[in-house]
Amino acid sequence: MAKITLNINKKDYPLEADPQMPLLWAIRDLAGLKGTKYGCGMAQCGACVVHLDGAAIRSCVTQVSRAAGKKVVTIEGLSETNSHPVQKAWQEIDVPQCGYCHSGQMMSAAVLLREKPNPTDQDIDDAMAGNICRCGTYLRIREAIHTAAELQKKTGTKG
Amino acid sequence: MEKDKTALSRRSFLKASILSGGGMMLTVSWLSSFKSADKTEALGLTENWATLNGYIHILPNNQVKLICPNPEFGQNVMTSLPMMLAEELDVDWKNVSVEMGPHDQAKLGAQFTGGSNSVRMYWKPLREAGAAARQMLREAAAQAWNVPAAEVTTKAGILSHPSGKSASYGDMASKAAIIPVPKDLELKVPKDFNIVSKSKKNVEIKKITSGKPLFGLDYSVEGMLIAMIQHPPAFGMKLKSFDAAEALKMPGIIDVFILKLYADDFEQGGFDTRTFNDLLVIVGNSTWEVMKARKKLVAQWEASGDLKDTIAGRGGKREVTIPGALESTTTHMQQMKEYAAKPAQQLRRDGDPEAAFRTADQVIERTYNGPFLAHNCMEPMNFFAHVTDEKALVAGPLQAPGWSEPTLAKLLNLPADKIEIQMTRMGGGFGRRAYGHYLYEAALISRKVKAPVKLMYTREDDMTYGIYRPMYTATYRAALDANKNLIAFHVKGGGIPEHPIHANRFPAGAVENYLAEGWQIASNITIGAFRAPRSNFNAAAEQSFLDEVAEAAGKDPIAFRLELLKRAKEKPVGENNDYDADRYAGVLELVRDKSNWNKPGNEKYNRGVAAYFCHNSYAAHVVDMVTRDGQPYVARVFSAMDCGIVINPNAATNMVQGAVVDGIGNALYGQLTHKDGATQQSNFHNYRMIRMNEAPKSIEVYFVQNEMDPTGLGEPPFPPVFGAVANALYKMKGKRYYNQPFKDEPEKSI
Repeated sequence: MAKITLNINKKDYPLEADPQMPLLWAIRDLAGLKGTKYGCGMAQCGACVVHLDGAAIRSCVTQVSRAAGKKVVTIEGLSETNSHPVQKAWQEIDVPQCGYCHSGQMMSAAVLLREKPNPTDQDIDDAMAGNICRCGTYLRIREAIHTAAELQKKTGTKG
Repeated sequence: MEKDKTALSRRSFLKASILSGGGMMLTVSWLSSFKSADKTEALGLTENWATLNGYIHILPNNQVKLICPNPEFGQNVMTSLPMMLAEELDVDWKNVSVEMGPHDQAKLGAQFTGGSNSVRMYWKPLREAGAAARQMLREAAAQAWNVPAAEVTTKAGILSHPSGKSASYGDMASKAAIIPVPKDLELKVPKDFNIVSKSKKNVEIKKITSGKPLFGLDYSVEGMLIAMIQHPPAFGMKLKSFDAAEALKMPGIIDVFILKLYADDFEQGGFDTRTFNDLLVIVGNSTWEVMKARKKLVAQWEASGDLKDTIAGRGGKREVTIPGALESTTTHMQQMKEYAAKPAQQLRRDGDPEAAFRTADQVIERTYNGPFLAHNCMEPMNFFAHVTDEKALVAGPLQAPGWSEPTLAKLLNLPADKIEIQMTRMGGGFGRRAYGHYLYEAALISRKVKAPVKLMYTREDDMTYGIYRPMYTATYRAALDANKNLIAFHVKGGGIPEHPIHANRFPAGAVENYLAEGWQIASNITIGAFRAPRSNFNAAAEQSFLDEVAEAAGKDPIAFRLELLKRAKEKPVGENNDYDADRYAGVLELVRDKSNWNKPGNEKYNRGVAAYFCHNSYAAHVVDMVTRDGQPYVARVFSAMDCGIVINPNAATNMVQGAVVDGIGNALYGQLTHKDGATQQSNFHNYRMIRMNEAPKSIEVYFVQNEMDPTGLGEPPFPPVFGAVANALYKMKGKRYYNQPFKDEPEKSI
């Protein structure tokens, strides 16, 4: 066990954790933030995507020690008022069915939109192919990403 | 305003009461007037399934809280069911909030999510509940204003009288609660709907986009322990002995023990299916500690031998022998071939099929195979339990709490009223969560360790010890006469461990000479519901076969199907045909027109069509396939549905689009295989799921516009996708694909 301070969503969490513990379980079990999901544990499904210093990473295969001293953003911190362009677009298009994978979907989409403010369908395929949606809402995810790109242009908000 | 007059059914019961602090609560319970034709038996549900209670809470501030009785797994019932209530209650949807009800069958009915039944079974009762409350509110206003109730009108939660008097529902709610419940009700006709048939957003959308803890895996209480189960490495094996010394030395580990799920003489209820009975359980303080320590467990396993189970649910009490062999997919394929050649159980016969086949000008015979499929819900199986000597609280993702509760009561030796089941939002279900064994496991573990516990399956647990879609096969034969007319049809289907045949479905009724037969092979691999398990295999096989027969007859595949349906309508063969030929033809015609079938402009696509009827709704798809990077890719899909009145069009479209994507994925990639009893796929690296880049860019969904009572959409759009994909592949490749998943690689040595 080691003492590790995680900065999640601009808040410091002083934790005691096995340094090998995946960041996912530190976020869920130790920090108590349940929005980040467990889906596969081996970087195959993307349900656990969070931002580590702005990069989309798979928290299920990222050791918690790697996150020390860096900024972690989870779905709960994507915006303070549920109003990130991606969140607004997801609401407007009414994307989810079961909803379980969508934290990861939105976190991946937010990084895509920061890096490519006008993503093409090919950009979306490339950026989102690592996020499985078992309910098959891919068409709406695509539509919502295009909608979010428009909202981002209007509001100037960056993910 | 035009009205549908309705009388509350004989056994209906409504009760109103004043909420503490003012306002009205209406409790409604029905034994609804479902006909036996609704085939509750097929689902294994007792007649009580239609018993219903709904809650309406109206507060003095005019806020309306509606309780959703059925668990939500993505089919959007938390929105669509309250929409029905709100429609007849006549409230402003903006003032409505929705809460998931607890498991309480005395108040909320069967609460069964499955069989595409939620919308269908609640359609009338929930509207009656809304209409009754509205009438009571009008009566309350009439008394307060001293005017005839007939003169009191409502609009979006406001009561009005021509004299200018006006009040909100909230103002009158407490008075309304003491008005006698009306015996006769008037329901709106579809043209007057303000909420139903108008798209409403998912009532939980904002919670989902902000990462609120909605799911079973998110459920947490102070002091909660985490439990996992180390399963045998293969079906047909059991635990012999174990050594937990190393695991117990790991940090955070509390206990390792063997748990017997069902006692030897335990009578399993309808959805009590489980994978293994002797469970090696490890319990610790946190997920990661348990995951890590679990690897240190040393266990010896041995062949289980044949097992006897007593099944007391669906189909009556019976002893079932579960064979103990270590099964493999290669042997399954061989076995299925052998069984297919043996005599089978006759399920339906019309005319003289043998004679027709003897005298036929041409006989086409094809055999289709489908593998086991894993549900792979994104949220793996899990459940919370806190069991003490006096009571039990369990919470998690569950489709059939009404089936789980009696079993839980027996296992824990607690009266049902000491068991509280809370249903969380489910991260997918697809039939998997109808089987409550993981809830029982959690409860027994909690009782053993005397603490609140979350039982969690890892993805590997979830995939390797599932309740799979069975493995199926079917051989179809068609006889054509010299004029290329279909004169006989024969299907003989089998599977492990059940056959897939629905003997009374199309094309039964459309062919003079017809024979359906079934057989099955016992297995220790556990199976269950999977988004219309038999239908999704049948639709692939039968709809590819009909395509091939149409081609042999020199007919367009849609025109050929429509001809058969015309025959089924005008001069049906047999009396027990499970479908409405007009509605079946209707979706084919709609998809034909919307996709510009046979019209110029679609040359770059390889087009495949299929239609199917199951779970009370009709579906047809045209799949447009292209070659992309050397692989088949479904670029575009047109879908036509007939599910009667569409409650929530945008969400319904989402369901159909999702079913299409799911169908393409399973048709092209879905496959679970076994070797010596061990499941060979364990996670998404070797069980391929359809991804964003493989999903079509466009899925246009059209609904037949009618005023039929609504039916479900969870299952019906899914099965025909397989057939349409198979038929498009044929157009592209020039050869037929008979084995799911449809791919070119040679059969691996599985």
